[in-house]
This record gives sequence, C-alpha cells and structure tokens, in this order.
Amino acid sequence: MNDFSYLKPASRQIDFDKFDDRLLLYVLKYELSFATCISCGGCTATCSAGNLTNFNVRKIGLWLRRGETEKLSEEIGKCMFCGKCTLICPRDINIRNVILLIKKRISMLKTEKEMP
Amino acid sequence: MIEKSIIIPFLIGLIYLSIIFIYRFTKWIRGLSKLDKLRLMQSLKSRRFMLSLKEIFMEGLLHHKIFLKNPILGYMHMSLAFGWFLLILIGHIEVMCAKNSIFVPFHLAIFFRYFETTKNFAFSGVFSFLMDFLLLFVLSGVCMAMLKRFKKQMFGMKRTTRLKTGDRIALISLWLIFPLRLAAESMSANLHGNGSFLTSTFGNFIGNSGSETANFIFWMLYSFSLGFFFIALPNSRYMHIFTEMLFIFVRNAGIKLKKHNNTFTDIQVYSCSRCGLCLDNCQLATAGINNTQSVYILKNIRNKNLTDEQLFNCLLCGKCEVDCPVGINTIDLRITQRIESTLQYNSSYSYLEDIPAQKADVVYFAGCMTHLTPGIISSMKKIFQMSGENVWFMDEEKAPCCGRPLMQAGQYEAASKLIFNNTKKLLGSNAKKLIVSCPICYKVFKEDYELGKMEIVFHAEYILQLIKDNVIKVNNSNERIIYHDPCELGRTMNMYDEPRSVLQETGKLIPVKNEKQTAWCCGGSLGNLKISQEERTILRNQAVEDYLQYKPDILATACPMCKKTFARHREIKVLDISEIITNSISKPTEEKITKQKTKNKIHENEFV
Repeated sequence: MNDFSYLKPASRQIDFDKFDDRLLLYVLKYELSFATCISCGGCTATCSAGNLTNFNVRKIGLWLRRGETEKLSEEIGKCMFCGKCTLICPRDINIRNVILLIKKRISMLKTEKEMP
Repeated sequence: MIEKSIIIPFLIGLIYLSIIFIYRFTKWIRGLSKLDKLRLMQSLKSRRFMLSLKEIFMEGLLHHKIFLKNPILGYMHMSLAFGWFLLILIGHIEVMCAKNSIFVPFHLAIFFRYFETTKNFAFSGVFSFLMDFLLLFVLSGVCMAMLKRFKKQMFGMKRTTRLKTGDRIALISLWLIFPLRLAAESMSANLHGNGSFLTSTFGNFIGNSGSETANFIFWMLYSFSLGFFFIALPNSRYMHIFTEMLFIFVRNAGIKLKKHNNTFTDIQVYSCSRCGLCLDNCQLATAGINNTQSVYILKNIRNKNLTDEQLFNCLLCGKCEVDCPVGINTIDLRITQRIESTLQYNSSYSYLEDIPAQKADVVYFAGCMTHLTPGIISSMKKIFQMSGENVWFMDEEKAPCCGRPLMQAGQYEAASKLIFNNTKKLLGSNAKKLIVSCPICYKVFKEDYELGKMEIVFHAEYILQLIKDNVIKVNNSNERIIYHDPCELGRTMNMYDEPRSVLQETGKLIPVKNEKQTAWCCGGSLGNLKISQEERTILRNQAVEDYLQYKPDILATACPMCKKTFARHREIKVLDISEIITNSISKPTEEKITKQKTKNKIHENEFV
C-alpha cells in the first residue's frame, strides 16, 4: 500500500515549556549578530561541506532558533570552517563563530549529562 | 656582630629565589619529551652552545633587538641589565683584589663599601671610580624607566602594559635598589672617605649630618630592597630575566611546540618580559580591541584565566612576533592553546568519499577562497592554457577544504581528516607539481601535508617561471602598482620577492612604508573567529587609507581573501597577480590579423 502518512503530518506546534533554549542563549550571549539572520540561504549556497554532503547552514540557524539540540548535534560536525559563509553573509553575521559556539556548547552539554 | 646583620634580608631573598629557580627549572626540563631532552643535550655539546651564549649576551644583557627598534628604549634596558651585571662582576674582582684571594664570600661584593673602609689595596682608586661610573650608568636607566612609566610617549611607545600587584611590588623594589645603594655608599664615603667622584660628592653633600647609625640604616634599607625584589621576582614579570636564558638554549636546540602543550609553553610564558612592544604592532587596537594581544594572552596562560573570547580574537597575522625582543613564537603558542581548548569537540567527517583522482602532470587546487573570486580562477585557467601543460583542476566541482581554516580554529584532529582525504587524491594523480593560488592553502600544503616528491608551487612562483621561460609574454603598462603582502604568505611563509618580480614585469611597482615584515593585515583573516564585520572594516580602511597616499592605479595582492576584503572598498581597484598578468598578456600580432581577416570575410559574405 502507498504511504500516505505525509497527509497527516505530526504536530509542529512548539511547546514553550519544553523549549530548549540552552544553545540559542549561549550563542546570542557571545555572538549577538546571529539575531539579525534572515535565513536567506546564501551561506548554504556557497558552503564547501554542503557541496560534498547533505549539510545546510541555513537549517542550522533555524534549528538553533527552534531549540532542536539533537538535530544540531548530529549535523554540526559536518562544517569545515572554511569561512565562505561568513564572507558572503549579507547581514555580516560571524557564522564561523556561531558554529564554533554551538559545537562548544553541545560538548559542554554532553559532559553535564555525564556528571549528574 | 650587629654589623653583619645587614646581609640577612638579602640572604633570605636570595635563598628563596634560588630554591624557586631550581624547582622550576628542573620541572621544566623534566617536562620536555624524551626527544627534546636529547636535542637539548646534543646542542650543549655542539657549536650551538657558543651561539646560545652569544645570544644571551647580545639579547639578555645588551638588548640588541630593542636597540634596533628604539635606541632610547634599548639604552634603558641595556643600562639596567648590562650595568647591573658589570656592577656585580667588577665588584667581585675588586673584592678578590682586596682580599688577595680567588675564593671570597659572594655577599661581600654587594656590601663591600660597608665592610671595607680603607683604600689601601691594589688599584683601589681605579675600582672605586669604575664602580661609581657603573652605578651612574644604572641610575640613568632607572631614571628613564621611571620617566617611561609616567610619560611613555617620550619613548615612542603608544601603549604599555598594565601592571598587577606582584609586578608593582617588584617594580618599586627594583627602582629603590640603586638610589638606596647610592645613598648608602655616599654615607660610607662621608664617614670613611672610600668613595669616588659620585659617592664622594654626594657624601660631601650630606656633610656633618652623617653618622654610624644613619650609615647602618641606609645599608639595611638597601639590603631590604634587594631581599624584597628577590622574593617578589618569581611571581612577577621579572622572572623573564632568568627564564630567557633557558629559553634561548631550548630554542637553539631546535625544540618547537608540536600541537600540544608541554613545559616549553611554560618556558615561553615565563620568558615574556611584558615589555609591550607587541601592543604597538597589533592592529586590533585600532578597532578598539585591547585585551587580546600576545602579551595579555601570555599573562593569562601564566595566571590560568584565559577565556575563549580572548584566545580566538586574534588575526594570527604574526606582526607581534616580528618585534618580540625575546623571540617568543606567539602564533604557534596561540594555535596550540586553541587546539587544547577545542579538544572536546572535533569532527570526524565520516561523509568524505574517496573520489578517484585524475592522472595529470600538474594539479591545481584553487581552495575555498579562490572559489569566491571567480576572476582568479578564469585567469589561472588562461595561464594553464598558455603553458600547455596537462593540468587537473582538483576542486573544480567539489573537494574538501585544505584544512588550514580548521587549524586556525584549533580543530587539529578534524583538519587531519581533511588532510588525509586530500593527500590520497593528490598522490593518486601521480602529479609532479601542485599549484595553489591561495596563501592559506599554500601554508598548510607546505607544512602539514606529506606529499613525497610532489613540488608545491604558489601561483606567483609558477607565473614567474613561465615569464622567465618566455612562455608568457607580458606588456609593461607603466601602471602604478602597490603590492599588499598577505600575512599567510609574507610573514609566515617568507615569500616576498616572487610576487614582486612578477609585478615588476607588468607595471611600476611602488615601494611603500608598511611592507614585507611590517605589512598591514587586510582585516579579513580567518584566524580571528570573534571579530565583528564592523571591526574588520575599520582594519581594512586603515590599510587602504595608507595605500591611497601613494596614489596607486592598482592594489595588487596574491591572496583571494585579501582581494575579497579590499574589493568592498570603493576607492581602490584590487586585482590578484594572476589577473594582472592575464590582463597584460601581449597577444601575438598574427592572431589579431587573422581575426581581422575572418571578420572581413564574414562581412563580405553578408554583402553578397
């Protein structure tokens, strides 16, 4: 039988009680310029890693805003830090630093979990 | 007996100092890797030992490098270091002459005028004159040091380091040592007449108010100031005086930091004298960033309070290294620190595939930055066409980054994954030459890739060779060209002449004040992860405004990153070397004629 599950998508409501803002607040604390992101996707278009694999910088920004920590920790390691995204960003966002901060915060979260 | 008590404060300080030194030096040398220890032992046996001794004399005592940079500052440091050294040395010889023995207690030289009241040994007059002269020499340095603290502009310094409490105690006691010595010796000269031109004059000045008690008190104070200085020294910046000697030996043995911290880091950190010469060289201050310069990073490593915000806010341009009088390798030190701080979160890049390599004689790797400047790629293609070589454009469609940006961000393990993938492909191509058009890639290919016999050529070198071999013929257009030295190519890879010789073929190269070692950074550096775009713009404008004074037609550079950064400025025309060359290539005249003929033919046909 055909799979018609897409006709009944799962709820995409954001539950603010469960909203995980740990990454977002950390990034904004040290790199406020991220707040001006308009998700234009220029970064994704130029991305060297995105050319080799399924990696999307624009989505990283979206997930960061939605607090999707798990997805981020899976994807963030793909970045090669080449800096093209930072150069072409029309809002002059320091994207390399945003990625570095996300990476750092995720590793901090992991060690926090290990130490209850 | 009470007379002898004046040596006690001095002795306590000295014993404390010696214990700390022996402890730290053994800890540092033991902490080196086995290979490094072997290197150090070997260097002590060879000619390098003499070279190290010479360097210690030239830098530790005479401060030759500071002299070259700023003679007044050089004199100040020399008078303090070399003057004090001679004071100790000649003081000892004097005591030896007076006692007629080679073995004399070492403290006697320091309090000699107090204990030896007569002037009836051989050459006593000469010695007391010399000692007075040296004291004057040192005092002139102390006066200048005090003046410099309060009026640094007089010494040509824009900025100087901020002091901590430990430093302040050491500084004040150091300042007091020599005036107190002068006072004490003058007092003795007044009582016993054992002084020379300086101390006698001061002694006469005191006149009848001098007494044995006053004499004792001044000598005691002198001893206290020495003791205080010795006790404050290990926890202050003056630790550099002795660490620098060890550092010179270790450095001359060829020991380097290898991507992780060991005690060589500590040796370098403690060798920093916090003179602040790196502050004036650092461009970040123009953009209002004043706490991330090398001197502060070294201090923070020492005090164990280094933050990521400071560590990653550096252009890695290498200007601070150029003028460091101690010769600390600040860039390696900072990158090592970054590697250690990001160890927890490296990437594995498991998605990298082994794309089969294409067999070719020459491989061209453009790099990520060149892909943002398509002008460079098309000119490189044109140049390859003319050279007629079998070239494989490795990353035309897709290829991983070279790994250098990751290294600058401290992600060494992640970078080695990319390096491994690229190396496989490069070796698979069986090429003899790898051509790169980006200095960022050039550095990492040269330093971190193991490519066997493959020659790594920067595009400026390649073009120069083509011009020399008469493969490319260029026209000299007499345009005024300024060449901007990219940091990664100039200061870190020492390539200054090749791009210049290429440009001399096509135009009139104008020498500028800030070039080669002291060249500006464009501000676009990938080394800095924290700097904002506005701050980058300030740095870029600073460089461009300096270049505009010379009224150039073209600002030439050899780095796509610099080109991209400068291109945002409206008043200056920026071109890469390869673009300038392709613009000025003289087309063979025959080709022009044939083109004209075909055009005419077409016209004729149309008429028909």
